[in-house]
Amino acid sequence: MNVIVVGLSHKTASVKLRELLMVPDSRIGEAVRRLMAHPSIHEGVFLQTCNRVEVYAVTDHADDGFSGVQEFLVDTHLSLSAEQLLPHLYWHAGDRAITHLFRVASSLDSLVVGETQILGQVKECFRDASTHNASGVILNKVFQKAISVAKRVRTETRIAENAVSVSYAAVELAKKVFGNLSERTVMLVGAGEMAKLAAQHLVDHGVQQVFLTTRDSLRARDMADRFHGTPMPFEEFRTYLHKADIVLCSTGAPHYVIGPEDVERAVRERWNRPIFLIDVAVPRNIDPAVRQVDNAFLFDMDDLEKCVERNRDERRKEAMRAERIVQDEVGIMLRWMQALKATPVIIALRKHAEDIKHAELQKIYGRLGMLTPEQREAMEPLASGIIKKLLHGPFVALKDAAQMSNGSMYIEAARHFYDLEKHLVAKDSVDVRGPVDRKRSGDEGLPSASVPESEREKVSE
Amino acid sequence: MIVVFLQFTLGFYFLGTLLLLVYLLRRSDVLAKVALGMTGAGCTIHTGVLAFQVVSGADAWRVSFQSALSFFSWSLVIVFLTAVFLQRLYVLGSFVLPLAFLALVSTAVLPSETQALHPMFQEVWIHVTLSMLGTVGFAVAFVSGLMYLTQDWLLKSKQFNLLYAKLPPLDFLDRLNQRSILLGFPFLTMGILTGAMSAQITFGAYLSWNSEQIWALVTWAFYLVVMMGRVTVGWRAKKAAYLTVVGFVGVLLTFLGVILKGESFPVSS
Repeated sequence: MNVIVVGLSHKTASVKLRELLMVPDSRIGEAVRRLMAHPSIHEGVFLQTCNRVEVYAVTDHADDGFSGVQEFLVDTHLSLSAEQLLPHLYWHAGDRAITHLFRVASSLDSLVVGETQILGQVKECFRDASTHNASGVILNKVFQKAISVAKRVRTETRIAENAVSVSYAAVELAKKVFGNLSERTVMLVGAGEMAKLAAQHLVDHGVQQVFLTTRDSLRARDMADRFHGTPMPFEEFRTYLHKADIVLCSTGAPHYVIGPEDVERAVRERWNRPIFLIDVAVPRNIDPAVRQVDNAFLFDMDDLEKCVERNRDERRKEAMRAERIVQDEVGIMLRWMQALKATPVIIALRKHAEDIKHAELQKIYGRLGMLTPEQREAMEPLASGIIKKLLHGPFVALKDAAQMSNGSMYIEAARHFYDLEKHLVAKDSVDVRGPVDRKRSGDEGLPSASVPESEREKVSE
Repeated sequence: MIVVFLQFTLGFYFLGTLLLLVYLLRRSDVLAKVALGMTGAGCTIHTGVLAFQVVSGADAWRVSFQSALSFFSWSLVIVFLTAVFLQRLYVLGSFVLPLAFLALVSTAVLPSETQALHPMFQEVWIHVTLSMLGTVGFAVAFVSGLMYLTQDWLLKSKQFNLLYAKLPPLDFLDRLNQRSILLGFPFLTMGILTGAMSAQITFGAYLSWNSEQIWALVTWAFYLVVMMGRVTVGWRAKKAAYLTVVGFVGVLLTFLGVILKGESFPVSS
C-alpha cells in the first residue's frame, strides 16, 4: 500500500496551466469518479486551490498510481497533451507524499507562507472525496492527521501572526497606535489601488467612518459607494484633516499634497491625539518633514516594506519550527501505516482459526450425537475462548512487529507458520472493489483495500 | 523569622524581574510564564508577611517607612498580576517589577526604624496607606509613560523589533497613564490631609515645611496641573507621558524627605 501524490503548484506551473486543470465545483463528483475508475487507484482525494492542483491516492504500486493519476490529469483537460503537462508535475510516494500533504495543509508550501485559507480548502476537498466514497481508511487517516497537524502548527508557532503584505502592514501599524480600530475614522486621499486595498483592510477591521477625496468627483462617488464613505471636495480636505485618525494618501500628484504645517494644525485641533498617516504614493505625497511633528506618525512605502520584510523573517523562523512539527507527525503517521501491514495477516489468521473451530465443533457434534441447544451453546464459547487466548499473543506481537524495521520478516513468518496462503488468496477474490484485475495483489500479502471495511477498522485500531 | 520570609520574597521578585527583563529581548512565552510563577510565589509570601505584621503587631499603628515601602512594592506586584490576569500584559511587568523589587530592596538598605510619623497619632497607618496607594497610581502612570515614550520612539524611528511587538498600542498606554493618575490623585489628596492632621497632633502645626511636606505638596500640585492640562489644553499622548515621568521625580524626592526627616527626628522606640 502506497500513498502517492501527483500534482503541480505555483512553484512548478504558471497560473495559465493551473487554470486549465481546475475542475468547476459542479463537476468535482464526476472527476472523482473518473479518478476512482482507474484500476490501480484504491483511494483518492482531489485537491485544488488557486495555487495548486494535486491528486492524493492509495495504490499498490507507486508507479502504477503515478501513471494512473497522470492519465486522469491529462483527461481533465483534453486540449492538454501529456508532453505539455509532464514537465510541471511533481510525484511523491510514501513518507514524502505524506510530508508534502502535511506541509501543504500547514501552509508551509503556500505562496504566502503562513496564510490561513489553505486549511479550509484542504478540509473541503477531503469532504468532497468522502462524500463520493473516494477516500478510504488510509486517506481518511492521513487527511485527518494533516488537518490536526495544521492546527498544531498554527497554535504552537506564530507562523500566521504577522502581516506579510504592504496593505495589511498598514492595518498592523494602525493597531499599534490606536489599539482597537472600531471607533476610528479613515481619510482616503486619492484613488490609488494600494490605498484602496489598505482602506478595505481597515474597514474589515472595524473602522466605522471613511472620508474620501479625489480630484475626480465621479471616482469619489464610486469609492464612496464602495466604502459607504463621505466624499469631500479635494480643495478642502486639509481643513478636515483633524477629523481623521488615519490618513491614507495615494494620489497621482508629482508633489507633496500634505505638508508639516497641515499636520501640525491637525494635531493641535485634535488636542494632541495621535494621527497616523500612510503615504503609499510614489512619488510621495506627504512631506517627510511630517515625521518631526509630535504625535504624528508617518509611514511611506519603504517603511511598510521594512515592516513586511521583518515579518517575513519572523515567518521564516517560525516555518522552521513548523517543519520540525511536520517531521514528528509524519513519523507517527508512518508507524500507523506500518502497523496496517499486519492487518491482512491478522485477519487471515483469525479466519483460519475460525475455520478450524467450526470444523472441530462439527466433528464433535457428530460424535456426541443428539445434543440439546443448551449443550451446544456451552461448547462454542469454550472453543472460542481457547482460540482467543491462543491468538492474543501472536496478534499483539504482529502489530508490534509491523512497526519495526524488520517487521515484514515477522509477518512473513506468521504466514508461513500458520499456512495462511490459502486464506489470503481466497480473500482476494471477494474484493470490495469488485472484479477488477489486480495482478500484483498477492505480492506483499493481502492489500488492506481488499479487506472488508468493517474488518479493517477493527484491526487497525 | 519575618526577615527570612522577606528574603525569600526578595529572591522571587529578583528572579521574576530578571526573567521579565530577558523576556523583553526574547521571543518566548515560557519565560513570561515562569516569571509570572516566580512573582506569584513571591507575592504569596509577601502577602503572608504583611498580613502577619498587621495581625500580630499590637503596635501596628507604629508604622515604619520600611513597611510602607513594603506595602508599596506589594501593591505594584498586585497591579502587575492583575494586568496579566485581565489583559495578558506581561510586558507591564518588565517595567513595573523592577520598581517593586527596588522598593523592597530599599527596605533592607534603609536605616532601620525610619518612622513615617511619630507614634502619637494612633491612626498613622491610614495616612501611610492612603499616601502609598496614591504613589502606586503615580508609579503606574510613570511606567506607562515610559512605555509610551519607548513605543513612540520605536514607531517614529521605524524599528519594528521585538520590543515594538510586545509593547501595547499607544492609545492603551495613554489611557492607562490617565486612569492611574485619576485613581492615584484622590488617594494622595487624602494621604496629605491625614498627614497634616497627624502633624497638627504631633507638632501642633498642620505644616512644618519639612522636605517631606514640601515635596508632597509640590507633587500633588504637579499632578493636579497635569490632570487639568489634559482636559483644558490637550496635554495628552506624548506630552502627558513626559510630564508623568518627570512628576515621579517629585514622588521620589518626597520619599527622600521622609527618610531625612526620620534621621533628623530620631525615634525612641
